[in-house]
Amino acid sequence: MYKPMSLVPSGEPGATVITTRVDDVLNWGRANSLWYMLFGLACCAIEMMQTGGPRADLDRFGAVPRPTPRQSDLMLVAGTLTYKMAIRTKLLYEQMTEPKFVIAMGSCATCGGLFSPGYSVLKGVDKIIPVDVYLPGCPPRPEALTEALIHVQRQIKRSRPLRQKHEDTKIIT
Amino acid sequence: MNEKNILEKVMAEFPGVAFELIEENTDHPYLVIPAERTAGICRFLRDDPDLRLDALSNLSSVDEGEILTVVYHLFSYEHRHYSVLKVRVPRGAPDVPTVQTVWPGAGWFEREAYDLMGINFMGHNDLRRIMLPDDWVGHPLRKDWVEQEEYHGMGTSRNEPMDVLPLADAPEKEKQSD
Repeated sequence: MYKPMSLVPSGEPGATVITTRVDDVLNWGRANSLWYMLFGLACCAIEMMQTGGPRADLDRFGAVPRPTPRQSDLMLVAGTLTYKMAIRTKLLYEQMTEPKFVIAMGSCATCGGLFSPGYSVLKGVDKIIPVDVYLPGCPPRPEALTEALIHVQRQIKRSRPLRQKHEDTKIIT
Repeated sequence: MNEKNILEKVMAEFPGVAFELIEENTDHPYLVIPAERTAGICRFLRDDPDLRLDALSNLSSVDEGEILTVVYHLFSYEHRHYSVLKVRVPRGAPDVPTVQTVWPGAGWFEREAYDLMGINFMGHNDLRRIMLPDDWVGHPLRKDWVEQEEYHGMGTSRNEPMDVLPLADAPEKEKQSD
């Protein structure tokens, strides 16, 4: 089985050498500094704040909230997205720098949820931006959001960024 | 003054106007007034020393088929009493004079009623949509409103997940065929 990093004795007494791949170093850095953009739209935002707070403490995964898309790696869409806001959401997603990831938090963000019969509610964030992790719940508990973040980290660690060709972001409709 | 006394006082003040006082099947008696007299009657309700209905608590609208109804809920801070007025307008020409000149707070209520029900408040100084985007088509609280297929390239429907996803207890063959 392949190990991302391994310790090799260097011959010098008490010293070791770490061997790894550039991909894995990049992934290691990316997965452990997932700065998420504050994107609270509805009641899910309360759980998102709770997850960022001291009890669930998302900070221990290196995830800290950022108030601007320019410094964010992860968009945490927490809440009901209306068509009026959806246009702004797409703009904010486009302002984020690559690589970027999206968690659709809660029923409303994944499919419209409770408000999907409403005339003004977008039926799922994946209509406008690509979603990496769908998180069910109304709203999801902090433990669930932490799990979703760990899933994003796993996705990052599985990727091979040096081999990926840059492609225009696909929009799933 | 109770709600009925208030409305009777209004009817006595404007003798030539075709009012309709409704007391049956309602917790609060209300007065249906002709649309063209709205502003004058509202000004009287606000300024009369016995009534002083100085606050427009709520302005809402109802789709009743051929008729659209605008409902005014009024409150007096001085006398602590309430009153309800209704204006009925035909669906084809829902024109109601604005009461913005009587209660300045009516401005946003009227914008909301315009946005969602399409009531045209004549004389309003800024009758724009207040909640929906400016390029929205139609007035969604009208019962004959039909949702567009898409809005700015975003589809407005989503498949039922139970129809799209294979069931967990479905036989293996069915899962593979999907």
